[in-house]
Parts: sequence; C-alpha cells; structure tokens
Amino acid sequence: MPASITERVRVIAADLFHLPPERITEQSSPELIEDWDSVQHLNLILALESEFKLHFEPEEIDLMKTIGDVSALVAAKLGHRN
Amino acid sequence: MERRREVIVPLREQIDRLIEAGSYPAAVCDLADFWRSDPGPATAAFVNSRFEKMRDQLPLHPWRLAILRSFTVEPLVPLLRAEAFLAGIELTVHIGEFNAWAQELLDPASALYRFGPDAIILAVHDYESDQMRLCLDVLRCHSNAHVILHTREAGVIPRRGILDAQIEASEWAEQQKTNAGIRALAREYRGVYVLDYDALVARHGRQGWHDGRKWLTARMRISAARLPDMVREWMRFIHPLAGRVAKAVVVDLDNTLWGGVIGEDGVAGIQLGSEYPGAAYQEVQRALLDVHGRGILLAVCSKNNEAEAMEALERHPGMLLRPRHFAALRINWEEKARNLLEIAAELNISADALAFVDDNPVERRKVRMQLPEVRVVELPQNPMDYAQALRDCPLFERLTLSAEDLQRGQYYADERQRRRLEQRISSLEEFYQSLEQEVEIAPMTALTLGRAAQLTQKTNQFNLTTRRYSEQEMAAISRSPCYRVYVLRVKDRFADNGLVGVAILQCGGQAWEIDTFLMSCRVFGRTVETAFLSGLTEQARQAGACTLEGWFIPTAKNAPSKDFYPRHHFQLVETTDKGSRWALDLASPVACPPWIRLNYAGEHH
Repeated sequence: MPASITERVRVIAADLFHLPPERITEQSSPELIEDWDSVQHLNLILALESEFKLHFEPEEIDLMKTIGDVSALVAAKLGHRN
Repeated sequence: MERRREVIVPLREQIDRLIEAGSYPAAVCDLADFWRSDPGPATAAFVNSRFEKMRDQLPLHPWRLAILRSFTVEPLVPLLRAEAFLAGIELTVHIGEFNAWAQELLDPASALYRFGPDAIILAVHDYESDQMRLCLDVLRCHSNAHVILHTREAGVIPRRGILDAQIEASEWAEQQKTNAGIRALAREYRGVYVLDYDALVARHGRQGWHDGRKWLTARMRISAARLPDMVREWMRFIHPLAGRVAKAVVVDLDNTLWGGVIGEDGVAGIQLGSEYPGAAYQEVQRALLDVHGRGILLAVCSKNNEAEAMEALERHPGMLLRPRHFAALRINWEEKARNLLEIAAELNISADALAFVDDNPVERRKVRMQLPEVRVVELPQNPMDYAQALRDCPLFERLTLSAEDLQRGQYYADERQRRRLEQRISSLEEFYQSLEQEVEIAPMTALTLGRAAQLTQKTNQFNLTTRRYSEQEMAAISRSPCYRVYVLRVKDRFADNGLVGVAILQCGGQAWEIDTFLMSCRVFGRTVETAFLSGLTEQARQAGACTLEGWFIPTAKNAPSKDFYPRHHFQLVETTDKGSRWALDLASPVACPPWIRLNYAGEHH
C-alpha cells in the first residue's frame, strides 16, 4: 500500500481526534482514542470520502475498527494491493 | 492529490509555531487561508482546536446557537464553528433530539431553555403552520432568542412524476403555498426570520445537494460536498444577528473598481465599461451599489494621485459609482491601515465595522496583520469573480432595512461636500452663495396635500405654532376662502431636498395672520426660512394686505424658531401664557437673501 495513503489517513485522523499525527498508529481504535465516538466516526467517513473522492458502503463502514483497517480499505477501493 | 501531505502539513506546523510565538494575527491569517483551501471536517477540527488554544488572546464574541432538527446535523457543527471563529465569533452549539423540536419549544423546562440560546435554527422541513405558531407563541413567553425558519424544499422528482406538472393541485403548487405560509407566519413575530432553504438547494443544484446513501444509512439530508454551503448560508444570518456586520465598505480603486492603474494608463486607458474586460469591473461596481442600497456606506482608500483618481470617479463614462456614493475618500500615498483608521473616525464608526476590499493580497494581508479588527474581504484570483465574492459576503447581510438606512449613504456624501465647502470658504455669505439654493413656493395642491399634512404632524424644531393637521383637516382648510396654504421646495447644488416647508396664511382684510409656518430641520439655518417668509410677505402684499401677524407658541422642542419674528423685524404686539404675538408692517416687506433664487409656481384662485 502506498505510504502516501497511510500518511493522509493519519493526518485526517489526527485532526479529527485532536492528536499529533505521530500518536496515530495502525492499531489506533475507538477503544484507544477518546475522541473517536460515533459522531467523529461519521466525520471520519465524510473526510475520507472527500479527500479520496470515493464512497463507502454501510457494510464497509462497519469493518473500520482500526486506522490500519481504514487505510487498507481506502487503498483497496483506490485499486492498490496490500 | 498530494497537496495535503506536502503542502498542508508544513502549513499546520507553521500555524502551530506562530501560535507558540504569540503571533496571533498571523496565525489567524494562515488559519483562514487553510480553511478556504479545504473547508471539510478534518480541516474544521484543526481550525477549531487552534482557535480554542488562542481564545483568551483574541477578541472573540461568544454566542449561543441551538439547532433543532429533523435530520443529522452533527457533521455541520464543526464546520459552522470554524466559519464562526474566523468571523470572530465563538459559537457554543446545542443540538436538539431527533424530531423533538416541538416538545423542546413547548416545554419551558427543556434542555433548549436551560441552554439559553441567542438564536435557534429550526432545521425542520415538515410541519403545520398552526403547530409552529403555537410553538413560537410559547417560545416568546420564555425567550427572546432569534429564530431562523427553513422553508420547505421541492422534491428532486415529484411523487407523481411528470403527471405533477399537468394538474392544478400539484406538488409544486402545494410547496409554494406552504412556503408563502411560512413567510407570513414569520412576519407575525419579532425576531423570526426565514431562510429560503428551497432557493439554497436550487442554487447549488437539487441533485447534488442530496446523498441518498447517507440519508438511508445516517439520516444525513445533505451530501458531504454541500455541507460547507449549508454552513455559509447559516453564517449569512449569524453575522447580522450577532452584530458582526460591516457598516462601511472601504474599496481600493486600481484593479478593483476598474482594470489597470490610473497613474500609468490614464483615465482613458483604464478598463471599465459594458464590454469585457471592463465589464468585470462594472459588475463589481454594480455589486457595491447593491450593498450601498442596503444602507451600508462606501468609502475609497487608494494609493494614487488624488486629482487623477477623482477625474475617473467624476467623469469616466463607465463608472456606475460616483463621488456622491462615497461617504469618505482617502486617495493618497499613506499606509492603508492609517487611512482606514481615519475613515472610521470620519464616519464615526469603530474600525471593526469596516470591511476592506482590495485586489492586492499583500495589502489585504498587511491590513489583516496591522488591524485585525478590520474585516478583510478575501477576493478570488480572477477579477470576473470579484462581484460574486462581494455578493456572497455575509458582512453585508441585513435582516431589516429602515428608510433611514436607505438615506444614510447620501447623507454622508452631502455632508462631506458641504463640510469641504465650509472649510474652503472664508465668509458665511460665500458659503451660502456656493450652495446655489433654489427655493420654490407654490400653493398646496391635491398632490402635495399628503406630504404637507405629514409635515405639520411631525415637524417640531422649526415650527412657530406646532398646529397639527390631518389630511382631512388640511383639505378643509385649503377649500376655505379664508386660508391660503403654501408649500416650499428647496434644491441646492448637491441635492433636491423635496417638499420641506409649509405655511398657512389666514387671509381677508388688511391684516393677515400666519397660522402655521414650519420647515424640516434638513434645510433650516441656511437662510431658506428668510426666503420663504419673504415670498409670503410678497404674496400678502400683492393681495392687498397691510400687516402680517403671527404667533410664536413655545413648546419643549421649538426653541430654534424662537427668534424668528424679531430677527425679521416683526414688532411684539402682546405676550400671553399661550405665547407671543408679532406683527410686520408690509410697507417694508422681508427681502429675499441675494444668494437664493426664489420662484413662485402656480396661483391661488
């Protein structure tokens, strides 16, 4: 997966969850990040959709348990292979 | 696509460095640029967190907004807060429960009332007028909060399909009727305003406004791409409601009001007219004229030689704006920041009521840094987009408009010219001379009766007897052979002041009496009153009168007319508890001042 996708996802997540980008890792999840609630999850989806110009299906949204999942899903939708 | 990583990350770091160093105006400038480059949810979170860090160092205006809703508005809130921060407003937002807006309005113990909002947005789209009226009645018992009502939007496709356009009771007709009802309802209340949601959706395109998937999965009614448009529309209301509006807009000249640089291209060389490229600048002027029409003052601040720039303002055939539209002019080589402060002082408004419009981003940034309180309007790169940027600017929004607002700009421009004359002219006589006043005295007719009666009703200061007459009474007086009613019009080189004076003479025999003599305060003190009196004495003398008498009846407000009779050589006849009675021997009538041209129009029969 291109580094730029992971990097861009981290910057978006860092802004939304009010953390410096280096605190966002592949393992970051709603359990570990205080600000990652259902409203911010919706904001995360909206931000990713506008940044990467794509649409997530409801089933895909349910699969986004960690930042690693999110990056992998974005990369897959953009046609990149892990 | 790589912009965020390569450009935006350094910009974030730079903003954080500026905040750490205490360079708040610069940090705010960069945050504004950052926001405009990508007004989405992630940027909003960044902008909001940085403003929260600086909140104690910035003059932010706290404001409380409740949003009652029938759809998911949560993603709009961070965007709205970011826009508000950049407008100098710190917004605290309360969001109502889904579809619970009526309960919240009706229950005085609800979270809504505990929140104590300055304004309530009713982002609900299906309701009955009667239900809403009840809610607003209850609201007004407990709160003075402003209310913003959304109109109902038309469906993207009517439920009946193309059949809808064929029938009388169509969905479209129904929706128009509903929205007319909402407007009428809002007019019944103070502080209830209508946001034309249907027009907003249409403006941005119905199809793209909605996102069917987000509606089905998250009850979001507005697509992600249109969220910033919804927020900007709300800001158009929040600006005037929170008092963050411009009272004056200060504009640059070169490459803003016209294309090119007048100092280099000359008056004949600038681009301005109905054809491209001059048409773009004419559109800018048209947008400014519309702003002026809302009672917002215009002023010029330009680095130029005054004589050249004034020649263009006065004489260029493509100009829609003329010197009379501008309440203040600063055309010189001083710093713009200094000129802006002078303009604020001259117009007697604070610097935070000024909006600054300049094509040059360097000048704009300089002003934003030097005078953070001045509202700098960011212009797009292409001059063809300037006019739209002005029309979109929420600083120029108004929710009400009085007759006084409409006159304000003209008043300042007239005053400025009069003051300039007063400065230039040494003697008062020369000043009067230069006003080129023309006074016309005419018998009142059916056409002027309304205005004349109105003047007797509301004129206080220059009114010798303060007798109030209704239109019916005025009509009766004018029909009586014992009275003559005259009206006065005054023009000067700056303006036609219109019908500004009324006199009623009781006639018959050799002694005539002034029943009423009044003038609007707009014109008295310029010797017009002497001209008016002179005209009346002449009329009375020609009709065979020998003396003209008149009462001065003092009131709490008519002190300015106290000396009127003695000043014009009337003799005191008697003083009673009512007032004083004066008389003038018409063998020596009152002379009209030589600087006033006096005309009579029409004859009494």
